[in-house]
Amino acid sequence: MHPLAQATTQPLPLPEVDWRAIAPELALAVAGVVLLLVVAFWPRAGRGVLAGLTLAGLAAAAALTVWNWDLERVAFEGAVSLDGITRYARAVLLAVGALATLMVAQGDSREGEPDDSPPEVFPLLLFALLGMVLLAAASDLLVVFIALEILSLSLYVMAGETRRLAAQEAAMKYFLLGAFSSAFLLYGIALCYGATGSTNLLEIADATGDPTADGTLLLAGVGLLAVGFLFKVSAVPFHMWTPDVYQGTPTPVAAFMAAATKVAGFAVFLRVFAGALGGLVVSWRPVIAGAAVLTMLVGAALAVVQTDLKRMLAYSSISHAGYLLVGVAAAATVPAGVSASMFYLLTYAFMVMGAFMVVQYVSRLGPPDDDAIGERSSLEDYRGLARRHPWAAGLLAVFMLALTGIPPLSGFWAKYYVFLAGIEAGLTWLVVVAVISSVISAFFYLRVLVVAYLQEPVGDPGAETAPGRTPALGVALGLAGLLTVAIGLAPEALIAAARSAERILG
Amino acid sequence: MLFGQRLRALAGWIATLAVAAAFVVALAAFFELLSHPGEERTQILRGYEWFTSGDLRVAFDLRWDPLSALMALVVTGVSSLIHLYSIGYMEHDERRETFFSWLNLFVASMLVLVLAQNFLVMFLGWEGVGLCSYLLVGFWFNRRLLVVNPLGRLVEGEPDDTREVWAPPAAKKAFLANRIGDVGFLLAMFLIFATTGSLDFDVVFGEAGALAAGTATAIALLLFLACTGKSAQFPLYVWLPDAMAGPTPVSALIHAATMVTAGVFLVARTHTIFEASGTAQTVVLLVGAGTALLAALIAIGQDDIKKILAYSTVSQLGYMFIGVALGPIGYAAGMLHLVTHAFFKAQLFLGAGSVMHGNDDDTDIKHFGGLRSAMPITFWTTMAAWAAIVGVPFTSGFYSKDQVLAAAFEHGGIGLLAWAIGVFTAGLTAFYMSRYVFLTFFGERRWPEGRHPHESPPVMTVPLIVLAVLALVAGFALTTFTGEGGRFQAFLEPVLGAPEEHESLAAAAGLSAAATGLAAVGAIVAWLLYVRPFDWLALRRRWAGAWRPLAEKLYVDQVYEFFTVNLGGALAAFLARNVDQRGIDGAVNGVAELVGSSARSGRRLQSGLVRSYALGVLGGAVLIVAFLVFRP
Amino acid sequence: MRVGPGAYLLLSAILFAIGVAGVLIRRNAIVVFMCIELMLNAVNLSFITFAKTNGSLDGQVLAFFVMVVAAAEVVVGLGILVAIFRKRSSTSVDDVNLLKG
Repeated sequence: MHPLAQATTQPLPLPEVDWRAIAPELALAVAGVVLLLVVAFWPRAGRGVLAGLTLAGLAAAAALTVWNWDLERVAFEGAVSLDGITRYARAVLLAVGALATLMVAQGDSREGEPDDSPPEVFPLLLFALLGMVLLAAASDLLVVFIALEILSLSLYVMAGETRRLAAQEAAMKYFLLGAFSSAFLLYGIALCYGATGSTNLLEIADATGDPTADGTLLLAGVGLLAVGFLFKVSAVPFHMWTPDVYQGTPTPVAAFMAAATKVAGFAVFLRVFAGALGGLVVSWRPVIAGAAVLTMLVGAALAVVQTDLKRMLAYSSISHAGYLLVGVAAAATVPAGVSASMFYLLTYAFMVMGAFMVVQYVSRLGPPDDDAIGERSSLEDYRGLARRHPWAAGLLAVFMLALTGIPPLSGFWAKYYVFLAGIEAGLTWLVVVAVISSVISAFFYLRVLVVAYLQEPVGDPGAETAPGRTPALGVALGLAGLLTVAIGLAPEALIAAARSAERILG
Repeated sequence: MLFGQRLRALAGWIATLAVAAAFVVALAAFFELLSHPGEERTQILRGYEWFTSGDLRVAFDLRWDPLSALMALVVTGVSSLIHLYSIGYMEHDERRETFFSWLNLFVASMLVLVLAQNFLVMFLGWEGVGLCSYLLVGFWFNRRLLVVNPLGRLVEGEPDDTREVWAPPAAKKAFLANRIGDVGFLLAMFLIFATTGSLDFDVVFGEAGALAAGTATAIALLLFLACTGKSAQFPLYVWLPDAMAGPTPVSALIHAATMVTAGVFLVARTHTIFEASGTAQTVVLLVGAGTALLAALIAIGQDDIKKILAYSTVSQLGYMFIGVALGPIGYAAGMLHLVTHAFFKAQLFLGAGSVMHGNDDDTDIKHFGGLRSAMPITFWTTMAAWAAIVGVPFTSGFYSKDQVLAAAFEHGGIGLLAWAIGVFTAGLTAFYMSRYVFLTFFGERRWPEGRHPHESPPVMTVPLIVLAVLALVAGFALTTFTGEGGRFQAFLEPVLGAPEEHESLAAAAGLSAAATGLAAVGAIVAWLLYVRPFDWLALRRRWAGAWRPLAEKLYVDQVYEFFTVNLGGALAAFLARNVDQRGIDGAVNGVAELVGSSARSGRRLQSGLVRSYALGVLGGAVLIVAFLVFRP
Repeated sequence: MRVGPGAYLLLSAILFAIGVAGVLIRRNAIVVFMCIELMLNAVNLSFITFAKTNGSLDGQVLAFFVMVVAAAEVVVGLGILVAIFRKRSSTSVDDVNLLKG
């Protein structure tokens, strides 16, 4: 009998539902729906209430993550797998989500003014997080696609949440290019499915060792998968949307994108490439290594000539994606590549969020500029910041030095471990390029400090308005700064936790 | 800042007392160290454990052994004096509390560097001093500095022009040169960890002898690359003269006495690695000797007093590298020269600062002359340091330079070449240093109308006097009193190893005589040219062909500029057809220009148009798939 | 006449390429977006074909999910485009280049 006809006559074999395995995701989904209802039926709810509810949802998800910490299994017939990468990424993503909630709660309104960003941003944040967490746990290409779309669709809307021209332009660019690249990813999934007969990563891993599988189809599929992932982590030459979107979108959303999308994107990158496609490492490693070289150098070189801090941070995030790709390239043959990359993501997430928080703080200074296309984030606005706002400048210094990779801050250890893994995997030439790129990047990070500490403020400092009360942002800044310093001083425990992520379950 | 406005005035004193306290602690620990017998003088303080993971254990371990004790004493001692001096020198600067906090941060970083017990902690200090140097060179970021153009008045009738520079480009140049060196340090560190599995000094040095020759050479040369950046050796020395844009106490502390000697210290500290590679030692020797000669030649052609001293520093650092490249017979000599140089060069810089202080911040040697009577203390203390650097017998420089040269001679082979260059350079040193003091303090008064040179306040002259005394007696004191057997060398032997044999006294005396004699010739020639009533500017014009290359710094900057800017520009133009090359100053800036120009062409691709971005995505996708499917 | 799976795959690839070309060539944002939808549906054809050749249901299930996702994308995408159109009265993607460099 024809297999399809057979399938229709027999009851569909439903997978066993494993609620516990996806408990954190469920908590996020429930919290997101609840918030959506609150926003819809209680329009006068304050941002504080919404932020509180969001944080409560995140806390519930975090508690469930801790409850599941020692759980290692493949659930839903291989659609979702719980392993080190999943729990590490969950923890980092939820922490990033909490910081982003604080930033969003602060918003860009001053006291007594209506806020520009609508309250729907809170449920969207939760849905985006849901997609990210699911992406990190996905072990079936179908789930990968769904999760990627959940997070992307939420982020498209968040990017354009304000009515500024720049935000709308960012949303449109992100949307069109994101949809364009996810079509490539989808085609890649189709080709992998055609070549191996399955979308399950465990079965694909088995099939890649099978000599009868269609090699050309599979390799083309792998290439298109790489395109989709490289776009999400903004690697060259798929990076061009990044600077425009980060610059145009509201700062809290840009921070969330820069940190969380990278964590989720690299988690799935590691699981698919270093895990399932590990057997094809000889084929794809040159691609990833080549993309890493381009990404590091282009990101660093273009960051040097920027005059807008948000845009510069976007290029810096591109070059950081390059360092992470070194870790991915190493990960298939060296387990340390996985843990180094995960640790890198952890440190990077807090550094870059911190940097964006300072941007958000500074954009509140000065007269409100309704006519401006975007927010105030020009480097000019940072001149003499140290005199006016020593705490903000000090934190900026911490984040910039950490991003540069100067010991003893966290960024140094992140680079150190990734580079070490690269050398261990025999990619010494790649690490040499990475070191050169980090030398170039020191230039623009420190230039920000020179502007903040060594230059006189322009204009009349008296004309500047006070930043207003910023309790949420203050807490977020303090946490990010504390984490960046603390991880630098005592990275040991987190490295050990990352090492437990080295074993990938399908 | 932290202490409020009222305490701002006290910032200098607080900073000075903190460093002085560190010096006292170091001194106490030093005597404690002396109470142990030679072999037990290495104490390792197992500090706060940074973290352990796998086979990598990193902790803030500190090492207190004769070598680090020596460095710690020099750093804290000289720093205390320079801090004290700075209170007077920076008195009218409105950001002096910032200045002192950075200066203190520098001292702390330098101590981390010298006391480190593993490469990572050392790198922490290494980066820290680089950062402080960058910040302090650019301290007067908003001040236009006049740099004396030595080509002025080369043709009669032309104006005696000076060139304006800004501190930020100088800071940038220093930063870039140092980062190039840092790449060497980082790569060396990775290589060390990859081959020995540890970064701890004891473990690494224990295995250094077993390294394959090629690996040892690679590590040693990468470390030396770091040294050429930090210690301003050929080919990366070009940043140091520009770094004189910083305040003079910074030049004295960072760019003469302490930070620039970190490279010498690094070679001495990792000497087992260098000993495992004869090639690396030869490279260090030749680079040291070559830099010593080159910088001394350039120093002759400079008219800016700080530039003369800067090139002199580069040249003297070359001597130190000759010393530490020679193996056990030269280590102690190189380190002794490091110590004596710290004293006399710090004095010379502070003396130059005092001259500038009394002469409206002028640095043009052509505008001085006859300052002897106006600034007696500065004059006499500078003469003491002059005696030391020229090598007048029984001053400190005589001992240290003599030991370096004797060790080179004894080393034989390539060492003889270094010896010959060293002796010749000693003559040149005597000439340019004598030219400096004679044109500044002797002869006719050439300063402009309306200027009233005056002596500096006591807070500045006291450090001058202390340093001058040290410059005179340190060599004699150190070689006679330190350690058992009365030898500096014996004190360092537990760390640096013992030489196989001792030089014969007769030969040593002969060698000293040769160097001293040549130095005397240099000084006498300078006296004839610059002190007697004599139109030396006319002579300069007559010999313009010979003098111009020296004034132009032997065209090194131009060569760099040519290679980095022109070739870099050509490359960038090749990438992006038309690249605008606007005014580019300095050689190393060309590297930044290469990055900048390729970035500008990259920005053009970033057009803001969705469709061109989509084209990028498509192009990347086609490339990747084609590569995967069609690769052989 | 019997048409083999190769022909379906070829058609799918051609449709995908037409979609890509449309994204690169057309200026109207709505048409660009329709071209992206065309790409997604081209992939759907591949999924169905592979489901047939592999003899498994996964491909068909995937195609349904893709349709759902595409519908969601329409909602979000049109929302964004309408918001922009209200502010600028233009749907040309070439007019939107405030952010560059």
